[in-house]
Amino acid sequence: MDNSPARAPLFPAIAAAVAAVVFVILLLKVESQAGIAALLAAGAVALMAAAHFGMTARIGHVFAERDHVLNLMMVIGVVAVTGFFHEDHFVLLLVATVIIYVIACLGLNLQFGYSGVLNFAGAAFFGIGCYTAAVLTAHTAIPHLIVLVAGGIMAAAIGSLLLLPVLRTSSHYSAVVTIAFGLLFKIFLEVNDALGGPQGLRVEGMSVLGWNFNDNIEIGDTFEASFYVNYIVIGLIVLVLAFAFVRRVERSWIGLNLDAVRLDETAGACFGLNGIRWKITAFTLGNFLIGIAGALFAMMLGFIAPTNFTFGDSLILVSIVLLGGIGNPWGLAVATTILIIIPEKLQVIQEYRFLIFAAIVILILLYRPQGILPRPLRTYIPGWRPK
Amino acid sequence: MDVGLVGQHLMNGLMLGMMYALVAVGFTLFFGVMDIINFAHGDVLMVGAFVGLATYLGLTFVGIENPWVLLLAMIAFATCTVAALGALIARFLVLPLKNAPPLNTLLITLMLGTALHEGVRLFYPRGANPQHFPSLLPSTDYAFGNFTLRVDSVMLLVAGMAAIVGLHLLINRTKLGLAIRAVAQDEDTAKTMGINFTLIVLVTFAIGSALAAFAGILHGLYYSEINFAMGLLLGVIGFSAAIVGGLGNIYGAIIGGFLFAGLQTISVVALPFASAYKDVFAFGVVILIMAWRPTGLIREKVSERV
Repeated sequence: MDNSPARAPLFPAIAAAVAAVVFVILLLKVESQAGIAALLAAGAVALMAAAHFGMTARIGHVFAERDHVLNLMMVIGVVAVTGFFHEDHFVLLLVATVIIYVIACLGLNLQFGYSGVLNFAGAAFFGIGCYTAAVLTAHTAIPHLIVLVAGGIMAAAIGSLLLLPVLRTSSHYSAVVTIAFGLLFKIFLEVNDALGGPQGLRVEGMSVLGWNFNDNIEIGDTFEASFYVNYIVIGLIVLVLAFAFVRRVERSWIGLNLDAVRLDETAGACFGLNGIRWKITAFTLGNFLIGIAGALFAMMLGFIAPTNFTFGDSLILVSIVLLGGIGNPWGLAVATTILIIIPEKLQVIQEYRFLIFAAIVILILLYRPQGILPRPLRTYIPGWRPK
Repeated sequence: MDVGLVGQHLMNGLMLGMMYALVAVGFTLFFGVMDIINFAHGDVLMVGAFVGLATYLGLTFVGIENPWVLLLAMIAFATCTVAALGALIARFLVLPLKNAPPLNTLLITLMLGTALHEGVRLFYPRGANPQHFPSLLPSTDYAFGNFTLRVDSVMLLVAGMAAIVGLHLLINRTKLGLAIRAVAQDEDTAKTMGINFTLIVLVTFAIGSALAAFAGILHGLYYSEINFAMGLLLGVIGFSAAIVGGLGNIYGAIIGGFLFAGLQTISVVALPFASAYKDVFAFGVVILIMAWRPTGLIREKVSERV
């Protein structure tokens, strides 16, 4: 029996996680538009009630203290949802898309949230990953797992062309550099015939060691699962690796340096911090993650075109990071789930989704600039929380 | 290449430069008084063009046919509406975030731009398609060899010039201009001297946005087509032009606008590959300029406070 300060009981946290998984399953299961709207309203009411009775704060506390449990529950939750819908292509495609977007947003979070490097060309780096995968799978026999990494490396390499202008400029100036790059990238794809022009390219599905990802899974005669399960499995593996990596970076001295560079570069420089070096690190690592997500996405969809990588898509990535609470990887997961699943399920919204994203982000910036799950303060002594 | 073709390209370049300059001046005005970048400016221009088009359709529906009346009504209505829009943006989105980190202002204006063009795409009748813009100016032309001088282009150029000269007089010769310059120079001192800061900010945003609406109508008349997505490109180019001239300097912005148009025209004429790459070239140049001179060719006068 250890005598460390009493650990918060796990029960409310587990109950909350189970409730969340059940809610997601219901949301994905219900087909009628009215049913979905009612479900969303019920969810919102439940959340508000929980917040009113102080439940959210308590649960948040438990999670903050024992986040390895939360990590585990998240994976179990995804597996549970996948298992429940194992034959439903559309739902599984959604789940896989959410996973891939979370990976990309983790990359953006490294840049935006930790070191304060602006990147409004997220969709362009995602696109670089996609096109790398398309070209490599079509013209070479490179194993597909390496293609994933190559997508990341390519995004990081092309991103390094932007290092000089991004590092020399600050705030709005560097925003415009990345916006210009995003526009340049899309226009380039549209006029370049070698990469398929406006029609886009076909991408081969993934196959690892003879295991073809685009075949449905059949076990015996009774069990059959959609081929998207393959992509969820690989996506989840990549996500877990990326997540663990980002969390470790955040907690290490590297994360401390990144924070210092974001908060006050001049003060950091006075203590001997090389701001440029940390910005380069964050920008490159971030683009690497976004590129990997792009490569995986391209192989899953099997088809890519320049219209997938517009400035609007970059803004969606940025809104996810902002909505989740800048710098908090958990916030990202929640925000991505909300922003990807709800417009897909509520068909009424689909056409208006860019408008609604924009409106939501404007409201958040005006009334709750810290996002849904604000990044908690760093704790320097394990188990100690500021009172 | 013969003289006629050069003349044609020169004319085209001047026209583009005029539009970029009008947009860039707006960015510079806003930056002067509030130290913020309004990334929705390009989409405000687009809204101006659409309001102009809607006015035209409304008036012809009522039965007014005289092109001059139509044109004046379009310009008047579009600039007034968009000036009001600019003031609203300043009042509800920019002023409340005055003390927030620059990232927030940047995002909020970017999102407003998205909301504006999505709004036009979804709610303007058939807004997702390019719209035909009426040609109201006399279309006579004079041919000099290969070079055709169109009367309407000349009139557009003169109108643009007039707007810029008007702005120059407003800033330098009126009391309002003095107040704007005072606020741009030092907000606190200006307040102490009894200048109504909020009012000046609102008026500046109104003026800048009205200029953008004017540029939008010029754009429509010149290309006889407008679409909901035209704002982003013009906005980024206008912003880059403003940066090239050093933000906060109106004349720098105008020079930047023409410089940018010149580069684009030259790229079309001189570069070996298709003119489809002209925008790729333009944005490449933006990125290079920023790498070379991070705060513009005419440097911004700031010092790091430590």
